[in-house]
Amino acid sequence: MQPRPRLPWCESRPDRRWASARVSARVLVSLVVILGAACTGAGLLLAGELSPYTVEDRRSGYTYLSEDNQRLQDDDFANPGLLWVEQGRALWHQADSTTGMSCASCHGDATASMRGVRTRYPHFDSQRGKLINLEQQINRCREQRMQALPYPYESETLLALTTFVGWQSRGLPMHVSIDGPAQPFFEAGRAFYMQRRGQLDLACTHCHDQYAGQRLRGDVISQGQSNGFPIYRHTWQTLGSTHRMFAWCNTSVRAAPSPLGADEYVNLELFVAWRGRGLPVETPAVRR
Amino acid sequence: MAEPRVRVPSTAKQGEIIEIKTLLSHPMETGHSRDVYGKLIPRYIIHTFTCTYNGEEVFRADWHPAIAANPYLAFYTVATESGRLRFEWIDDKDTVYATEAEITVV
Repeated sequence: MQPRPRLPWCESRPDRRWASARVSARVLVSLVVILGAACTGAGLLLAGELSPYTVEDRRSGYTYLSEDNQRLQDDDFANPGLLWVEQGRALWHQADSTTGMSCASCHGDATASMRGVRTRYPHFDSQRGKLINLEQQINRCREQRMQALPYPYESETLLALTTFVGWQSRGLPMHVSIDGPAQPFFEAGRAFYMQRRGQLDLACTHCHDQYAGQRLRGDVISQGQSNGFPIYRHTWQTLGSTHRMFAWCNTSVRAAPSPLGADEYVNLELFVAWRGRGLPVETPAVRR
Repeated sequence: MAEPRVRVPSTAKQGEIIEIKTLLSHPMETGHSRDVYGKLIPRYIIHTFTCTYNGEEVFRADWHPAIAANPYLAFYTVATESGRLRFEWIDDKDTVYATEAEITVV
């Protein structure tokens, strides 16, 4: 292949080039001094602020956010995810069937009864003979205990209740069980994570393990941790579940997404939760 | 739909400048996006926000498309007297979302 010809308007005149080089050298030296000082300060600051969001080499999506978005997530008033928490709190106390029961009838005060629940899901459920995630557990409670209709997956009501329940565990470390009966489902989740798919022929691992921290167009690729779900995502302009994110990722590599709540997504959810073990629950997190 | 959220300091000194934060759940459809069938989704945004302090208007904003869903708005006013602040958002379907907050000025 022939080398590309150099374009004449890219060449600068030699005399001007040297003049500008002298000036820029001086600017550069002073910049290095300023930047060096700034980086040391920022480094110390970052290390202190972000440590709860980092466990060993596992980094929450929070650490990839801009400062603005971090502030938005931290502010319990401005964080838009709190709208769903409020709605979930109302649903928690709302009787919604002929039995006249609400979540609170059995579980009482959610701040006590639901604390830590989010960190254990998904887990193996002997009645189903497979994994169950938080959304499915809420719907099972509705069907079996309350004799009410299940909420459709990704409906505002199911998102609100999931967020409200998840919110009670905020700050607690993710801790799912992957041994015993859950083990084959965990392995299936790992296989899904490692499997190339779609027209782009990419597996989850390619972006989120090999290229985490690098750029994909204007965006920084995160490790794909699930500790903040359901998340308020700016791209969606609304709150979304883990499975919506999986489907979004699948579509992005031009693979056919599975239906939300599908078994393979629940398996994947377990694997991803284990991948982020020890990371604090951030529900509802703000992400790009 | 969730209730509008407002944060007003419960007490303030007379003449103090207070920050008021508001957040409302709303889709804020711009009128430019299309649904899965390629049909334009009609514009559905909040076009007016007002804040009245004991009946007197202290803040008003006219909104246009390109404001994100679930709009957050923070602004300042001067605490003059104890009373009620009323917040109103009006959208394209003429729905009025309203909420009130109490403030005690000492």
